[in-house]
Amino acid sequence: MFFLNNIWLIPLFPAFGAAMMFFFGRRLQKATVNAVCVGVVVVAFLFACFTVVEYTHFAHGTGQPFEKIVYTWLGSGDGHLNFVKRDGTTASFNADAGFLLDPLSSIWLLFVTGVGMLIHIYSTGYMAHEGGYYRFFGYMNLFMFSMLTLILANNYMLLFVGWEGVGLCSYLLIGFYFHRKSASDAANKAFIVNRIGDAGFILGALTLAWFFGSFRFTDINELASHSNFVGGDIHILTIAALLLFVGACGKSAQLPLYVWLPDAMEGPTPVSALIHAATMVTAGVYMVARSNAVFMLAPSAMKTVAIVGALTAVFAASIGLVQNDIKRVLAYSTVSQLGYMFLALGVGAFAAGVFHVFTHAFFKALLFLGSGSVIHAMSGEQDMRNMGDLRGRIPTTFKTMFVATLAIAGIPPLAGFFSKDEILWQAWRSADGGFPYLWLIGFGTALMTAFYMARLIFLTFYGKPRMGHEVEHHIHESPKSMTGPLVVLAVCSVCAGWLGVPASLGGTNAFGKFLEPVFAREAAVAPSTSGVPSAPQEPVGEEHRGLEWSLMILSVGAAVVGGGWAYRYYASAGKDYPEPIAVKAPPIYTLLYNKWFVDEAYDYAFTGRRKLGGIRLGAMGAGEASSWFDAKIIDGAVNDAGWVTRAFATLSTWWDKWIIDGVCVNGPAILARMLSYPARLFEWGLVQWYALVMVAGLLGFGVYYVWK
Amino acid sequence: MTEITALHYLVVAAALFVLGVIGVLTRRNVVIILMSIELILNAVNLNLVAFSRMWGNLHGQLFAIFIVVDAAAEAAVGLGILIAFFRNKETINVDEIDLLKW
Repeated sequence: MFFLNNIWLIPLFPAFGAAMMFFFGRRLQKATVNAVCVGVVVVAFLFACFTVVEYTHFAHGTGQPFEKIVYTWLGSGDGHLNFVKRDGTTASFNADAGFLLDPLSSIWLLFVTGVGMLIHIYSTGYMAHEGGYYRFFGYMNLFMFSMLTLILANNYMLLFVGWEGVGLCSYLLIGFYFHRKSASDAANKAFIVNRIGDAGFILGALTLAWFFGSFRFTDINELASHSNFVGGDIHILTIAALLLFVGACGKSAQLPLYVWLPDAMEGPTPVSALIHAATMVTAGVYMVARSNAVFMLAPSAMKTVAIVGALTAVFAASIGLVQNDIKRVLAYSTVSQLGYMFLALGVGAFAAGVFHVFTHAFFKALLFLGSGSVIHAMSGEQDMRNMGDLRGRIPTTFKTMFVATLAIAGIPPLAGFFSKDEILWQAWRSADGGFPYLWLIGFGTALMTAFYMARLIFLTFYGKPRMGHEVEHHIHESPKSMTGPLVVLAVCSVCAGWLGVPASLGGTNAFGKFLEPVFAREAAVAPSTSGVPSAPQEPVGEEHRGLEWSLMILSVGAAVVGGGWAYRYYASAGKDYPEPIAVKAPPIYTLLYNKWFVDEAYDYAFTGRRKLGGIRLGAMGAGEASSWFDAKIIDGAVNDAGWVTRAFATLSTWWDKWIIDGVCVNGPAILARMLSYPARLFEWGLVQWYALVMVAGLLGFGVYYVWK
Repeated sequence: MTEITALHYLVVAAALFVLGVIGVLTRRNVVIILMSIELILNAVNLNLVAFSRMWGNLHGQLFAIFIVVDAAAEAAVGLGILIAFFRNKETINVDEIDLLKW
């Protein structure tokens, strides 16, 4: 139990590396930076492996979660931070620095540390000539810390810490070349779009806490599985689930919040591989899968997830068909594959979605690292129009990327085949109305995926060389530190799918069985009458096997056809090769090439960059209009009312001052004063004069009486 | 040498009285006006004492003592007013004291 009890150390290894880089990185040699930053991730990976092995002994296949609470982080448990739940009872606001290990987090733990380790090793080669070497590795280690916190958290609050942490690291690493305006713009875009999702996430988590009285996954799962819910409860749970899904849309780049991910390719290529393909963008999938008990109680939220996932898958794939930047093709491919994952979650096939996350992590990381190797060889060129005929010059990169392409296109027996077909099959099976359409969308996406991936391979590695002589002269295979991880990932891309071979192909679907305890419990409580797509748990009957096989053959056929088309148009592309879509349907090409004008639409609708004669359009315009309305109309009316009052007051003042006071009060006084003026002439105030007059009067009287 | 009669006293008293009135009417200094009022009062006292002697009883002298007391009280009050006034106007010149006209 040593490793399980010390599970909290796993995120702390990379945190230590990040802290070292933060405080001392500037003064360290590159070799020291490598030793510290790669070392801590290797240690974390080994620790994680031992932990998961110990966990399997601990759980004995029951999927019983292991929880380790290190300390109480928020709240105290003694009733000082109480809040009133929805049902009127009081609950304690409590979030622990607690760690949860169950089959779901085990899978994420293994592939995040594993792929993260390979990409760290790759970066030592790829970033060798870049400035800010220690800064790059510091951020990467900080990312590993945040991602591991996210995965291992046992409650929504701690998960949110990791959630924000990976968002921050994504921002920092997209803007790694911060002197480039486009990179810092892309970083801002990623951060701001993610914040929209984060707002949804935190609201959803607080709604759940208000409803269930706890942030802990185990508590919420327990309550969601063993309580009776009435209509109003289901509405609240639906709102909570949809809010959580908004968070997932932001982090996992789903419609309509996917716009940041293609721009995120401004970051260094290992970052694109680690954060924007293999790990961070699957955080949304993880969070929805983690909240499956809640989602299963909210059928309309599930349907929303499925539909958004399917639409994202086909939408992003269609854009990927015509992009020329090698990393952008992969970015749209990532968005599209994430759509598949949400499609799986939405139809209730959580295990299939997680399985696709798992396989996708390997082949998409491989594709990105391979594209990084190509860019490295091409002296920084990313435009596929200027590549071609590289297969003999960088053979290892070519072979490994070819394997990854077969895997993502769904060619058996590579990893992508098993996971993607599982998703398509589940989408078809859970046919509670409308889901065959989702299968059809997924099928179309598979066709497009095969086409654009084959197009990428043919334009890059086949055809005629289209680069300049200077660049052509410098083409060289990447160093061992880069090709090594490519080979390891290629092996994983081939083999990872064998963990989940479905029963119909004679396999045991060990992957699904491992995850079953996490999802089966919740599937059992889903109300069967409300049209919830019930997760298929019963063994596949013989009558279904034929159907499953035909669907598999169809999708393999789609992969072959898509690849074949790409071969026909691009395999011998010379200079100024024609784009088939541009030739046959120019308007559609323009539409796809400009990414359905979504960024422009957002400019019109939200960001306020578009103006019509000095007036902003869209939401910002509405904001400005309402601000203007408030300032001019509302405040104007207030001010006018004030002005009228003041005018009346002025009039009334005048009346009071001149008529009341002036005429009626002062008038008589003035009159009296005027009339009294002659009387006052006798009284001039000098006492001695009064006395003199008095004496004179007395003398007068005296003289009068004496002489009379 | 003739006997000093009441008339002699009355003449002296009348002379004192006139001196007092002239002082009150002509002097500017309030202190001197107050002293002149004392002259007037003492002229009256002299009259009362002279009549008391003429009639051979003590009524007049009694009145004279009343007036002495009254003069002391009047001097005290008058000097009090004078000091209060000096604090306000920094003068005791009666020409500048014409507030009574209001």
